[in-house]
Amino acid sequence: MATRKPTGSASRATARAAADRAPGVRDAVIVGGNRIPFSRTGKKYSDASNQEMLTAALEGLVARFGLQGERLGEVVGGAVLKHSRDFNLVRESVLGSSLSAQTPAFDLQQACATGLEAAINVSNKIKLGQIDSGIAGGTDTVSDAPVAVSEGLRRALLDASHAKTLQARLKALAKVRPADLKPLTPSTDEPRTGLSMGEHQAITAARWGISREAQDEIALASHQHLAAAWDAGFFDDLVTPFRGLTRDDNLRADTSMEKLASLKPVFGKSLATSSEAPVEPTMTAGNSTPLTDGASAVLLSSAEWAAERDLPVLARFVDAETAAVDFVHGHEGLLMAPVHAVPRLLARNGLTLDDIDFFEIHEAFASTVLTTLAAWEDADYCKSELGLDGALGSVDRARLNVNGSSLAAGHPFAATGGRILATAAKLVAAKAAETGRPARALLSVCAAGGLGATAIVESV
Amino acid sequence: MTDNYTKAVNSGFTKTLAKKLGLPRPAILRRHRAGSPLTVGPVLVVSDAASRPDADALARTLLGWGVDVRREPTDDARWGAVVLVLTGAAVPTDVSGAVLTTGSVLRSLAPSGRVVTVSRATTDGDSPELAAVRQGIDAFVRSLAKELRFGATSDGIVLTDDAAADDPTALATLRFFLSAKSAYVDGQLLPVGPTPDAARAAETATTPDHATERPLAGQVAVVTGAARGIGAAIAKTLARDGATVVCVDVPAAGEALAKTTNAVGGTALQLDVTADDAGTRILEHARARHGRLDIVVHNAGIVRDKLLANMAPAQWDAVVAVNLSAQLRINAQLLAAGLEGLRIVSLASTSGIAGGKGQTNYGFSKAGVIGHTRATAPLAAAAGGTANAVAPGFIETDMTATIPLLTREVARRLPSLQQGGQPVDVAEAVAFLVSPAAAGINGQVLRVCGQHMVGQ
Repeated sequence: MATRKPTGSASRATARAAADRAPGVRDAVIVGGNRIPFSRTGKKYSDASNQEMLTAALEGLVARFGLQGERLGEVVGGAVLKHSRDFNLVRESVLGSSLSAQTPAFDLQQACATGLEAAINVSNKIKLGQIDSGIAGGTDTVSDAPVAVSEGLRRALLDASHAKTLQARLKALAKVRPADLKPLTPSTDEPRTGLSMGEHQAITAARWGISREAQDEIALASHQHLAAAWDAGFFDDLVTPFRGLTRDDNLRADTSMEKLASLKPVFGKSLATSSEAPVEPTMTAGNSTPLTDGASAVLLSSAEWAAERDLPVLARFVDAETAAVDFVHGHEGLLMAPVHAVPRLLARNGLTLDDIDFFEIHEAFASTVLTTLAAWEDADYCKSELGLDGALGSVDRARLNVNGSSLAAGHPFAATGGRILATAAKLVAAKAAETGRPARALLSVCAAGGLGATAIVESV
Repeated sequence: MTDNYTKAVNSGFTKTLAKKLGLPRPAILRRHRAGSPLTVGPVLVVSDAASRPDADALARTLLGWGVDVRREPTDDARWGAVVLVLTGAAVPTDVSGAVLTTGSVLRSLAPSGRVVTVSRATTDGDSPELAAVRQGIDAFVRSLAKELRFGATSDGIVLTDDAAADDPTALATLRFFLSAKSAYVDGQLLPVGPTPDAARAAETATTPDHATERPLAGQVAVVTGAARGIGAAIAKTLARDGATVVCVDVPAAGEALAKTTNAVGGTALQLDVTADDAGTRILEHARARHGRLDIVVHNAGIVRDKLLANMAPAQWDAVVAVNLSAQLRINAQLLAAGLEGLRIVSLASTSGIAGGKGQTNYGFSKAGVIGHTRATAPLAAAAGGTANAVAPGFIETDMTATIPLLTREVARRLPSLQQGGQPVDVAEAVAFLVSPAAAGINGQVLRVCGQHMVGQ
């Protein structure tokens, strides 16, 4: 296409024309997804690396859609807990897969929002016409997490390697103290507050008065919904077994309110002894996600690319919004960023909560889902914190995490976005096929650092 | 791949020892490799007097394939194969000369050599003499197969109806039997009917199958139970022959299924074949993703061995559901969809012919496969297709690797070839039966068993 440099009013007119066309950037569609069953840390995948798991997720996707030897536009993904040797984790996984070795790839990281952020990146590139196809993925293992050396030992080793003489080398190493030999294991504590995510969420849950029973109900529903989805074969074309595991092994199909009620609280215990306003701790291992290993991948493309290859199309990736909250100096809860992102996302797309058929709200903790819903129903909060005229509205519980979420499936940090996206895309496709009218899903993933990523997908 | 005993008796000191002790010495079988010659040496074509025209026609065809053809035994040759043409034999004494000529060259038959007879099937209304000579050839082939050594095999083409000896299907069968692709097919007589007109026209209009080595180019095949073992070998062999393969297996086998699928460049469909709508979903997948469906290979199967007295209902029901009912339901759905020229191959088993202790369920299901294949054949033919079965004997797979060592070792030595077959041996038979030129073979059961001692 010939380009020219317009001047004056012509320039403004062209700019306006371009702006008018902006929504007309082409669609990015979701062809399908694949993940390996998620496994509780230290179990089936205890010696599987991030690269092996992501490669397995890619291989299942390649097999499902016949992508052997295909040069895709980009593969984007990441891991939250990552070895320094995995600096090119996604590219290395691509090279180990049956995709064309000419498929570019890059790693990104946005804590638990990594997977969804990867999909936002891929879909944006597709919409802009920079690529025609791409895979968004993520993987995480706590079983195979990196273990680092202490700062003292690290400094001494580096100094020794820089030293020119044996004497200088020994001198550098002599600085090592016994305490420096203790390895550093990865921590999910917030660097700026020193509090674990669970402790942060316990504060948020207490502030919103979320009851233990309500949290256990969310957890029970998650297990029941996920088990029903597995039994119905929903995951037959979304999951490929790995290392002999054929289902998510955190899933407890037979759990009950009684069993969940019998668990002891693990987070927020300090709040119970708080002198100001003691709060009974409510967060247990049952209504918090366990540490999990797993990987996921989602195939996105332009509609044309999919059609040329006779590939199915489940949904359009409509739009996305990320947000962050000031949980350090401000008063907002650590995991409340999606609460801020969603109203902006809905407004930009002219939608309300009532226009959403499926809500996929990542269950970092049962109370995260509940504080999110409570916040949107609270008119004062919505006015003062979100700048809305009143409450955003209520989420129909019948549309919430209908096929289960992280409490039951587990949550391998960077893999969760892909799990949710593929599930949501399949749900809207099925709903649209059943009702004959478009269906929409809203995705929300909270993340460490006060981050959150949200997105809308719609049937085609 | 080759079992340790077979390896041992074919190399080094253990080879000498085995010779001295007179131990069974199974041969290392010659198997197909792209570009390798059809036979390992010249081919002797012999016949009785009345079969001379057919023998001449076959000899000309063999020459066309680039084979070194001889019409008389010579002392210097190390024979790759003997083709014994007996189509015109009318009374038992007719065959004596040709049979004894064959016998005279057997000592110089090369390892993995072949004896292939071409004869006609007995039919109602045959004179007693004619029926006698035609039926006699049956046990001649089977007996000779038991005598041959060093991996040589003996098989027969039995022309039915008015099939000509040089019909495309008969020629394709001859080629299969002569080739290394039939390494583990021994002592078998395969009825071959006339090539249907459509297939005949396609054969003459295009380059012959064997010349391209991709007879299935442009076709879409579905293989059930494709994750591993025989199914994976079938998927790979059909892909080698040019087909696009949809690999089907239960969701729980997905990891291996993905591996097979990515190796053959096909698509994976995680599906339990016992699902009510399995056939419809297979067809939907094949049509949506690849535009068509030409070939279905019912390979998915399970064993739940138990003496009938101890059989739990679930053990009986599961075997019948997977091995038999699923095939019936899928075939019904595919045939109802009006697929033109659909080629079906179902995996039976020698246990479905001879039965097996602890295998009442398995034997029932596999004999059922043979039964429904015969009944499905005319239904498939009505739409220009075929339905055949392949009955493997003892094949070296993950499944048979679980058989206790001693039992397994005995099972390996029972067949004439004194060894288990490889998954690819079954796959080659399947690929042959679904090839365009084999269109004249319908409703048949081809055993791939190294001439197992039980059953026919």
